Amino acid sequence: MALDTQDIRARSATPSSFPSARSFQPEVSKLIDLSRCIGCKACQSACMEWNNLRDLVGNFDGSYTNPPDLNDQSWTVMKFHETEIDGHFAWLIMKDGCLHCAEPGCLKACPSPGAIVQYQNGIVDFQQDQCIGCGYCIAGCPFNIPRLRREDSRVYKCTLCSDRVGVGLEPACIKACPTQALSFGSRAEMLLQAEHRLTDLQERGFTQAAVYNPAGVGGTHVLFVLPHGDRPEAYGLPRDPRIGPLLALWRSTLARSLGVLTMFSVLVAGVLHYMRYGPLEVPEEESGKKDEAKP
Amino acid sequence: MSSRDPLLPDGRILRHDNRERIVHWTVAIAFIFLFLSGLAMFSPFFFWLSLLFGGGQLMRLLHPFCGVALAVLFSAYAWPLRRDNRWTDADSDWVRSMFRYMRKEANELAGTGKYNAGQKLMYWSMVPIIAILFLTGVVMWQPYFAPAFPAALRRVAGLLHAATAFVMFVGIGVHWYAAYWTKGSVRAMVRGTVSQAWARFHYPRWYRDVTGKDP
Repeated sequence: MALDTQDIRARSATPSSFPSARSFQPEVSKLIDLSRCIGCKACQSACMEWNNLRDLVGNFDGSYTNPPDLNDQSWTVMKFHETEIDGHFAWLIMKDGCLHCAEPGCLKACPSPGAIVQYQNGIVDFQQDQCIGCGYCIAGCPFNIPRLRREDSRVYKCTLCSDRVGVGLEPACIKACPTQALSFGSRAEMLLQAEHRLTDLQERGFTQAAVYNPAGVGGTHVLFVLPHGDRPEAYGLPRDPRIGPLLALWRSTLARSLGVLTMFSVLVAGVLHYMRYGPLEVPEEESGKKDEAKP
Repeated sequence: MSSRDPLLPDGRILRHDNRERIVHWTVAIAFIFLFLSGLAMFSPFFFWLSLLFGGGQLMRLLHPFCGVALAVLFSAYAWPLRRDNRWTDADSDWVRSMFRYMRKEANELAGTGKYNAGQKLMYWSMVPIIAILFLTGVVMWQPYFAPAFPAALRRVAGLLHAATAFVMFVGIGVHWYAAYWTKGSVRAMVRGTVSQAWARFHYPRWYRDVTGKDP
């Protein structure tokens, strides 16, 4: 059940319009300034606490990243990337999770009506009671975010705390961040703040710093300030994420119409042929000619 | 292949033995299940069909298992028929006069054996179609196999699976219509036997092989 306090902009597998009485609500965004992140994982803990999740205590595998990846119990995970930039070792800390695309590939891919909704404020939310577990959203996501829970065949991911935002609170991760690496507010405010942070960073010598707000998915409602903005891959972010032509074609109205047209054509061709030529029967003289048995 | 003499004591000819008929109709039931549930997942316009299968979750769970069943059953159906479906020169002639045959301006050719060229085309098109549907289906199968394949491959598989399914629908649609159009063939697949006149008219060479009489 989608939140009643939020109007819906898009709903999976639902080709119609939606109630928009509250469409005046501004779009929201989360800003993640990775230059300020100290990797304390307060956001990761707050996420589990608010969403009432119970992930396993994992194993140490040579990195602070724990659990090793997103899963159905951890909707945000701090990733610690070790890389080399300009000949120097760089330890890049990245808060991984859903980016809440303006044009979400998951929603486009989903075949179950209402299993994925996008609210007017830009949050993309999964409705697990409607989820059929096909995993199309996973194939459709350019960021590899949704996770299928084997035990119940439902897909989970960050909700941007739609339940908190819907009643005027900020997401749990924002609340927990001790360094103001995380901010939340209207999209316009956050874009402006990102520009300010960018100026600061550039003055400090991060000449390649950039805001990550990829146009290929219409922009995202989770914005990153990347100190090494010329190398998004170093943070585990795709350089130019897109839904891609294959998914777009597969889940398009064109393909669906072609499918229906194909079925309809076979039916019409059959009816017309039968009307014009009639059934193919064994001629009577043939039946009586050489043997006694009837057809 | 049945070792029984297809010419029965009552003068009728056995065209499809018990095993063949049972497997054929099981494949048919599996196809209908797969097509309706696949359609529900392909287009939101048809999602209501999921109610026929106990809701979206159960439908999604059953679809791939049913797909494996169809692939296995179809293999069991098709393998014994491979010799009867071997392509001959007479079949190439049949294809050339196909439209005249469809307009009922030409009778079945003297060289037509147990299956005519149209049926053989159906047979040989279903082999790759079902193979493609099976393989692309495995690539998309959650939660067992899909995680082993990259997302890009799963997108290709999804598109190919849907496109091939519609090609299959056209094939099966033609098959259904041809069975309805050719009076006596549904009965043959239900009851198993045909009259000698029917065999002689539709499948002259098969009639000759079975009865030893000239058509």
